[in-house]
Amino acid sequence: MTALYQYWLNLPLVLQMAIKGLAVIGFMFPFGGACSLIERKVSAWMQGRHGPNRAIPFWIAWVPIIGPLLQRLGVFHLMADGGKMFFKEDPIPGHVNKFYFVLAPIVAMIPALTTVSVVPFGAYVDAAGQLVPLILADVDVGLLALFAVSSLGVYALILAGWASNSKYPFLGGVRASAQLISYELSMTLSILPVFLWVNAPGGSGTLSLFAVVQAQSGPWHAWSGLWFIFTMPVAALIFLISLFAETNRLPFDMAEGEADLVGGFHTEYGSLKWGLFFVAEYSHMLIGSGVFVLLFLGGWNPLPWLPLATFAGWLGLAGNPLVVGALSIVIFLSKVLFFVFLFMWVRWTVPRFRYDQVMKLGWQKLLPLAIGNLIVYALVIAWVQVKN
Amino acid sequence: MAYVVERKPLTLAERLYLPQIFAGLRITLKHLFAPNVTLQYPEERPVIPPGYRGVPTLVRDPQGREKCVSCQLCEFVCPPKAIRITPGAVPADQPDQLHIEKAPQAFEIDMLRCIYCGLCQEVCPEEAIFLQNQYSLSGYTRAEMVNDKARLYELGGTLPDQHYKWDKKKAAAEHGNIH
Repeated sequence: MTALYQYWLNLPLVLQMAIKGLAVIGFMFPFGGACSLIERKVSAWMQGRHGPNRAIPFWIAWVPIIGPLLQRLGVFHLMADGGKMFFKEDPIPGHVNKFYFVLAPIVAMIPALTTVSVVPFGAYVDAAGQLVPLILADVDVGLLALFAVSSLGVYALILAGWASNSKYPFLGGVRASAQLISYELSMTLSILPVFLWVNAPGGSGTLSLFAVVQAQSGPWHAWSGLWFIFTMPVAALIFLISLFAETNRLPFDMAEGEADLVGGFHTEYGSLKWGLFFVAEYSHMLIGSGVFVLLFLGGWNPLPWLPLATFAGWLGLAGNPLVVGALSIVIFLSKVLFFVFLFMWVRWTVPRFRYDQVMKLGWQKLLPLAIGNLIVYALVIAWVQVKN
Repeated sequence: MAYVVERKPLTLAERLYLPQIFAGLRITLKHLFAPNVTLQYPEERPVIPPGYRGVPTLVRDPQGREKCVSCQLCEFVCPPKAIRITPGAVPADQPDQLHIEKAPQAFEIDMLRCIYCGLCQEVCPEEAIFLQNQYSLSGYTRAEMVNDKARLYELGGTLPDQHYKWDKKKAAAEHGNIH
């Protein structure tokens, strides 16, 4: 074990980073696919159906209890779907602009997988008692980089819509661009109070998400122990609503709009190219939920006022960085999964907004609310910090 | 007459829309844990309600004799003309059917034409044709979809009715009371 660890430390930094990156991507890609399965199951249960529960490899059917259970949960449909998408014919319609048509799904995947690099997904306590984040690149521009890259995702939708050279994808692409740009404003404005609070005067300024979680991991009864969703509920709400719009989820799925636009921007796509759009959408959902959890729900801290380090100490794991790291990832992922579930839950609850309602909500309701929220919190934070 | 519907102004809670969403979320969550309403079809079959109109079949009486007397009323009433009957005499070597005038030589129902209206069952004076429980039928060729007499009796089986019509006819004949 230690020999392996030494070998790992002796690898060139570039190689280490590449392996870590590939590991995270290797996790994100199937996880995005798994989300589509979860979506099918949750949708089915909410509609009083069983959902996919047929596929099973014959050698797993021999395992007594676990086999049928996995079959009923539809786990193997994930592989069946994936296999189908990899091996089916990949047609390119004759009327499309081939270069941009092929480019669009690639452009969709790039921001979806790149943004992971600045999102911390766990932390462990090192030998010196310091909390070290599990993150690919703990850069100070953190969230700014994330927003900059993830907003590139809209280009994929526009490209797909325009390159398809067909009526409905075009409409979907146009709607998507208008919607994503509108909600980006209130999204960005809504999180500014968080960073106003995190970047107290005197400290070095940072937009790192790790710093935000650190600011929420205070001890019992300290202000810093409260998660930001309790101190800034309006900001959290605006961010959440914008997140729904940014990820093109119902009630904001203007870009797809099955009812009126066939499939929206991906109408002309099939097989793996369509699958890439799907995985990209779910990756956006995962990363968006992850950012929400980090910003407003205390990241990997199990409860308000209960930071990870204290919790690990209670469990007697203090000297065990590997286990603490795994525990933090589990806590973080379970919070993220709740949000993924929330996305699906809302999908089957709220009907789609009309296009003008989407625009009105974005520009006339959320944006003024976000600006007002920012001003109020700027004043309050200034007052609190002057008092201290 | 045209009239104007009074629309109450929305309350603040309604205009915020969020309480409505939470109420909706509660309902959908309830459905998440509610039992499923769908059946696992090939393994689980639905309970067929009485009076169900499935595939039309021919039935035998409790003593295993064929009830149809090939009066051809069903053939005449059948709206899509799915039934074709070739009438025939009852063979003389069957003593238990001596008092029956006629029996179908061939009886075919084309299931590609049948519309499951049940008029044949309605019109049959001998209660010989019934639309029973079978609802799922398929075949690879058109010829397969035509149910012949043997197949119709196989599908129909024996109906436990209490008329024993042929017994009564036989008793009447033995008492010299043929009408």
